[in-house]
Amino acid sequence: MSSGAAATNGGAFRFAVNVTPKPGILDPQGRAVEASLGHLDVHGVTDVRVGRRVELTVTAGSEAEARATVDRLASELLANPLIEAYAVELLGGVAQLEAAR
Amino acid sequence: MTRIGVVVFPGSNCDRDTLRGLELAGAEAVALWHEVADLDGVSAVVLPGGFAYGDYLRAGVIARFSPVMRSVAAFAADGGLVLGICNGFQVLAEAGLVPGALLRNRGLRFLGRDVRIVAERLDTPFTREVPDRHPLRMPIAHGEGCYYADEESLSALEAEGRVLFRYADGHAAWTGDAESNPNGSLRGIAGVLNAAGNVAGLMPHPERASEAILGSDDGMLILRSLVASAAERTAGMPAVVGAS
Repeated sequence: MSSGAAATNGGAFRFAVNVTPKPGILDPQGRAVEASLGHLDVHGVTDVRVGRRVELTVTAGSEAEARATVDRLASELLANPLIEAYAVELLGGVAQLEAAR
Repeated sequence: MTRIGVVVFPGSNCDRDTLRGLELAGAEAVALWHEVADLDGVSAVVLPGGFAYGDYLRAGVIARFSPVMRSVAAFAADGGLVLGICNGFQVLAEAGLVPGALLRNRGLRFLGRDVRIVAERLDTPFTREVPDRHPLRMPIAHGEGCYYADEESLSALEAEGRVLFRYADGHAAWTGDAESNPNGSLRGIAGVLNAAGNVAGLMPHPERASEAILGSDDGMLILRSLVASAAERTAGMPAVVGAS
């Protein structure tokens, strides 16, 4: 979506935080998924990594402020920086998301 | 009598065993509720095993932010003795009070079985009663017990003498195989120390090996070490041995 009005005005913003195991960290869940692919007769799929996705709504004075809150939450709580990487994704302003529904 | 606190989180399930083990070791053991920041004048704190806050998000992470943990962190920074067992180790690691992280077991399964561990350091508040090269038999019961730190950190931990316990075979040798190190911990690490040597985490359960009727009382060597060290602190004697 284009952040447009949401970028300058305050409001409620919907974010997703995607947490994945860092490269080099053994991911036994990813291995288990990969091992099952043969049973589905699927070939050519490699490097499966299983992570988690957390979606949340932040009410703040601006998009930048909301993003700063999400960044802090992601690094302190949602991901363990020793073993996990994260990417923050803005899904949109809540009002816009609801209007588009 | 030396008073030692055992923190009770919602989902702790080894708190009573730990209270009893500490009492057998000669302490006055008191429960510390997770919502209460006051540590009740204890001279050591144990974070017991279990599934604090349901292990939601990551084992130990929600517990890290509880009121009692803020006090435990301050207590530890002040040189207070803190021992984290299993889930308690996960809480300490998430809180950054001991180095590293506990990952999902290599084989993905929850493991409940006896293992043997050997103390690498005998001059710490947690191992002073443990005989040299003596394999301690006690159970593990965890889904996330695979010790992880990056290679550089692992080498630093070894160089600084901060590997407290390693998984071993019955002859006190670290073989590194899946039989003796079933969760796949890097370098067979079962327990670590913080830099100051007053905070320790270990995955196996000494409190579940605290009476002969349980199949082993080897865990008492660790609990007695802690109680003796805490008693000295109460008496104003130094109990913290810096990591060499």
